[in-house]
Amino acid sequence: MAEQQFHSLYPDYDVLAKWNTPSWNEQTRGVVAKRLSEVPSRAFFDKIQYKVLEAVCDRVMPQPERSAREKVPIAPWLDCKLKNNETTGTRYVPLPPLQECWRQGINAIEAEAKLRFNRSFHQLDPAEQDMLLHDIEKGDVQAPNWGKHLPPQMFMRKVLLREIVEIYYAHPMAWSEIGFGGPASPRGYLRLGINRRDSWEGEEHPNEVLTKAAAK
Amino acid sequence: MSERGSPEKIPQAAGGRAPDVFKRGGWVPMNHYDEDEEVDFVIVGTGAGGATLSAKLSEAGFSVVAFDAGPYWRPLEDFASDEKAQNKLYWTHDRISAGDNPIEFGANNSGCSVGGSTVHFQMVTLRWRPEWFAAKSKLGYARDWPIDWQEMWRYYDEVEDALKISGPVRYPWGPSRGRYPYREHEINAAGLVLAKGAEALGVKWCATPLATLSAPRGRAPPCVYRGFCKIGCSTNAKQSALNTYLPRALAAGAEIRDLAMVAQIEVGKNGLATGVVYHRDGQWRRQKAQNVIVAGYAIETPRLLLHSACAQHPDGLANSSGLVGKAFMAHSNHAVWGVMQDEIRWYKGPPSMAVCEHWNYEDKGKDFYGGYAFMSQGPLPGDHAKSLASNSGMFGMEFRQRMALYNHMAGLKIVGETLPDENNRVELSDEVDEFGIPLARITFSYSENDKRLYKHSLRFMRQMLEAAGASDFTETESTAHLMGGCRMGTSPADSVVNADGRSWDIRNLWIGDGSVFPTSGGVNPSLTIYALAARMADRIEALGKRGEL
Repeated sequence: MAEQQFHSLYPDYDVLAKWNTPSWNEQTRGVVAKRLSEVPSRAFFDKIQYKVLEAVCDRVMPQPERSAREKVPIAPWLDCKLKNNETTGTRYVPLPPLQECWRQGINAIEAEAKLRFNRSFHQLDPAEQDMLLHDIEKGDVQAPNWGKHLPPQMFMRKVLLREIVEIYYAHPMAWSEIGFGGPASPRGYLRLGINRRDSWEGEEHPNEVLTKAAAK
Repeated sequence: MSERGSPEKIPQAAGGRAPDVFKRGGWVPMNHYDEDEEVDFVIVGTGAGGATLSAKLSEAGFSVVAFDAGPYWRPLEDFASDEKAQNKLYWTHDRISAGDNPIEFGANNSGCSVGGSTVHFQMVTLRWRPEWFAAKSKLGYARDWPIDWQEMWRYYDEVEDALKISGPVRYPWGPSRGRYPYREHEINAAGLVLAKGAEALGVKWCATPLATLSAPRGRAPPCVYRGFCKIGCSTNAKQSALNTYLPRALAAGAEIRDLAMVAQIEVGKNGLATGVVYHRDGQWRRQKAQNVIVAGYAIETPRLLLHSACAQHPDGLANSSGLVGKAFMAHSNHAVWGVMQDEIRWYKGPPSMAVCEHWNYEDKGKDFYGGYAFMSQGPLPGDHAKSLASNSGMFGMEFRQRMALYNHMAGLKIVGETLPDENNRVELSDEVDEFGIPLARITFSYSENDKRLYKHSLRFMRQMLEAAGASDFTETESTAHLMGGCRMGTSPADSVVNADGRSWDIRNLWIGDGSVFPTSGGVNPSLTIYALAARMADRIEALGKRGEL
């Protein structure tokens, strides 16, 4: 299956170009620099679980236009968050505590892959992976791992998808591709109205794919 | 970072000084009370309720020590323009969420900072409709408050001035009120979409009254529309408890203890509260007090009262009615999102610059009790992505491409009244946190009335967005705000506290936060929490003068 390509309205906008402008202050440069340069190594999941996680992240936020080195790293930050047990403030009944929830969830995805395809999740082709994840999201599962304490749709929506997209959209490349102004302190914005843009905001390039989506 | 280390790790308000929130590395002098000294008031929590009480009671001459579990920030040096880094503002300790419509806590509604949730709130400061204070007798549902609306509206005047709210010259709904202290803000494109839709449907709209400055005030500058309000204002334009009431409290002699987790209220042989047990700087400590005011918001307040159970009060403090933790409420927070041909760029300016309270004030044409306000939206990318993914289950290239329309999105979202229901409740679970305190377990389910209300709102908002030119709609559901769980009332059998926030069971134990709400109303609760606290402080002063404390 040919991988669907991504189209941005802001192909030549780079939020990092504002690094040394009044839009970025010292504390923001500090946290973003760390995010760009100190990508953590695996410390929570075991090797197989980590491979499954990487493959899942790749299907939830596919980045076909980027090489492996260029991609927004997701699995490392998720693993790091779990290592530090960074809870969100909400534990939905009947899900287990954060770390246990993820271990069981990733194991259940792997078990589902083995049961249906007799292969590890990370060895499936992208179409098979997508199908499997969509089925899990719909609650259509067979593996016994999805017990009473791990309802598949709840795990997907309230835990897995949320965490993955949150990490992706915390990266400057994600900010650039959607035309988000990015960090803005001390300088904010002057032109607030419809179709108004400050000179330090990205300029939109009309794109057929998106025009179609907008007209839908 | 200050010379004294990370505010997340090391208490900043200590040794006779507290952070000057208006200056990098700055300090202001702070009183210090000995733990054996019986201070007039211990206040647990420094949000909209606790901060207001700390300031007004100190100004009235009482000795006050206020506690907060969160860090004492200096916004100018501690706040980044970054969603992920600013997760440090929220209460992210586990809470167990149950029921048919389990509530999302953490970043959604719970602060963990000196200044409480006002540090991250979106600054929407709306008054209650007068009739809601007598919902049962005037509108035929739920309960009446034990306070008259005119008195509450006088306190709205007081706190709107204390916070220098920016708002319209004439507010289009309800009894006439004076003009807001500061002029309204220029409305951003997201707000103009609401305006266009409202005018097409023939309903009123206006600039949202906001707790962010439209002109300089003292050492705080006007808002520069950076749009990161929900993750902490880095300029001090936002008028939060942290940079309004708390500096007043310090100047009037209050002591504030940050990173101080209060675990229990202690009760003496005479059945009265004697002070609190708290954890700070690696140690368990005690502070003696003549009076204890709990202002920890609708989860932590019942949790603390229940966990303070003792021989004289085996079911928890102030709980002879059995109502502590009961009739807990959240607002429904349903939204409709559409795609506009125009570029909106909703990340600029405060997230909700235009408001429509039509369905709060119009009672005809409703198949439900209660009301809802709705506002224009401007979520940051991570926030929007999380909401879209968890509501739709969408992922993959379809999701990424949908997010690519970020600058063309517009949304309308309600603050929807839910009816008080004693099955919605806060309890203690059998698991404990790092301090050995049982985790809160919260059960929440919408009633049939609540469902009719949000369905009505989804239809209406979709119509309005369509009239404004949007297409390709999606809907999301969520909840916002926390209220109730320790309601105020007129009788000990039917409420936890009286109109002054004073416990019926223990006369020197008080509650000064949103947990006392008997009903939830269809607007954001912060202004009403401030107003109740302002009133409560005046009542305490009056009672003190009469020797009735």
